[in-house]
Amino acid sequence: MKTGFRQSMAWLHGWAGLVLGWLLFAMALTGTATVFRSEIGDWMRPEVTAAPDQVKATAAAIRYLEKAAPNAPAWYLTAPDDRQSTIEASYADGDDYRFAALDPNSGRPDGIRETLGGEFFYRFHFELQLPYPWGRILASAAGMLMLVALISGIITHRRIFADFFTLRTGKGKRSWLDAHNVLGVLAMPFHLMITFTGVLTLVTLTMPWGLVANYGKDTTTMFAEVAPGYFERERSGRPAPLGDVEAILADARRRFDGGRIGNVAVENPGDAAAVIQVLRDDADQLGYSAGKLAYDGVTGRLLAAYAEDRPAKKTFDVLYGLHMGRFAPWVSRWLYFLCGLALSATIASGLVLWTVSRPEGRGFGHHLVARLTVGTVAGLPIAMAAFFWANRLAPVGLADRPGIEVRAFFLCWAAAMLFGLARAPRRGWAELTAMMGLGWLLLPLVSALTTARGLPASLIHGDWLFAGFDLVALAIGCGALMTALHLHRRQPAAPRRRRPALA
Amino acid sequence: MKPRLTLRYRLGVASRTVAAAVGGYALAAAVAMAFARALPMARAEASTVATIVALLVMPAAAIWAFAVGSAARAWAGIVAVAGLAAAIAWALGPHP
Repeated sequence: MKTGFRQSMAWLHGWAGLVLGWLLFAMALTGTATVFRSEIGDWMRPEVTAAPDQVKATAAAIRYLEKAAPNAPAWYLTAPDDRQSTIEASYADGDDYRFAALDPNSGRPDGIRETLGGEFFYRFHFELQLPYPWGRILASAAGMLMLVALISGIITHRRIFADFFTLRTGKGKRSWLDAHNVLGVLAMPFHLMITFTGVLTLVTLTMPWGLVANYGKDTTTMFAEVAPGYFERERSGRPAPLGDVEAILADARRRFDGGRIGNVAVENPGDAAAVIQVLRDDADQLGYSAGKLAYDGVTGRLLAAYAEDRPAKKTFDVLYGLHMGRFAPWVSRWLYFLCGLALSATIASGLVLWTVSRPEGRGFGHHLVARLTVGTVAGLPIAMAAFFWANRLAPVGLADRPGIEVRAFFLCWAAAMLFGLARAPRRGWAELTAMMGLGWLLLPLVSALTTARGLPASLIHGDWLFAGFDLVALAIGCGALMTALHLHRRQPAAPRRRRPALA
Repeated sequence: MKPRLTLRYRLGVASRTVAAAVGGYALAAAVAMAFARALPMARAEASTVATIVALLVMPAAAIWAFAVGSAARAWAGIVAVAGLAAAIAWALGPHP
């Protein structure tokens, strides 16, 4: 802490950014990957090729579930759309909770490799692979620290406009600061928006007091009033097969008036009190919570319809939707992706700056920060590449295949962390960045050798999803290798003297 | 050369950190409750607005805790506003 407003804000910016900085970097980068969650899911299931009618596909999936999971209390499905070919289904199976990607033609999971797909990055982004609710609480705390770091950073930074045009390369600390400033300032509205709305997505868990003030412990009334339109009824005990599911879904599409089907929930399947709830696709509008319809699953009669039009709740839904970015057509989706990369790079350069700008304290803590940054920042992209490699290399049909992919991710990240701790940062950066470059550059090759949808084939057939993924992988790989080469060749700016370690 | 950090300084930083995290959260919670009960709209809507406002209050409180001259002033400001908000929430009772 220093005296003076701007100085104390500079101090706060540095420490608020450092405390959970590595975690924030991981959240920012996996969140950035999540922009293309659907596309990643399709790339990781190369067996699925079709993108047919979503009504027929979803109806086929429900017919399959009637045979595969007749005793589940409910099935939850996500209809395929122009971004994702498979139907995602999940349901409780005894004490287990099952998740399956179903083929849009047959409605069955046969022949599709089991994988979490882009869902893995999405979940990690806010659950951090920790048990509920701790991952979400930690992610919220990190988000709040990020918000404080952003605000104090803006206050610290009085020369925002001038620094927008300033980038001095090859000047050590000054260059890092310029890079941090340019990346931070350039996309500042995005950084503020995504951080605030990110904390907001978990607010019912972390800040329920506005709701508690009016509803106390009565969560039933609370849900009914705050998030209405959800039709519930008890199981009757009388068995009855589902009616004409395709007609129900077709009717929902007509009522959405050009909008598409998003999520479908089938409750009490096989019972006379079966209900089919259809949610409008959130890709069709800014607000996250769209129209809801509830049908009698047996007779097909419409039981309830709801569309949100209360100003405050709609505002909340739009803020939520802004974070999810599901509404975004492809131009804005790429902008989300690029701004997310800028945010990740701002955090990473901030972590580097923390050590570079404190040359006086080369103690244990200082070394630890410098080396942890190497393993986290360079290690995470390596781990992501490993996740995709495992997807292509692990045999289809292997037991716990999704688990193998996830373990490949964490083992590689842990190995990179250990490597980063063991090596001098200057060498560690160059070597890990080279690893990252190889991992990403060779990924399209691995994919071409193990599937029929390699880069040459997808370019010839105009398969832009697969071609796009492979081209992005090549771009990341080339960028990383060039950086590694630059780091390897770079001579130290000034001869370094060893200083006695200060405690 | 790094200036030596006094114990008084370190305690001050620790105190402000607790004020920002714990005090800031309590303040945001109290403001959420006050807004949820005081806003003249349907209670579901009031609760929603209050929740969004609370998320703006918390970072502001954290900034305040480190911006003011002393840890004591940081605490005083946060406790005063949180107390006022809690009193309003308590006096109003749940939204009809």
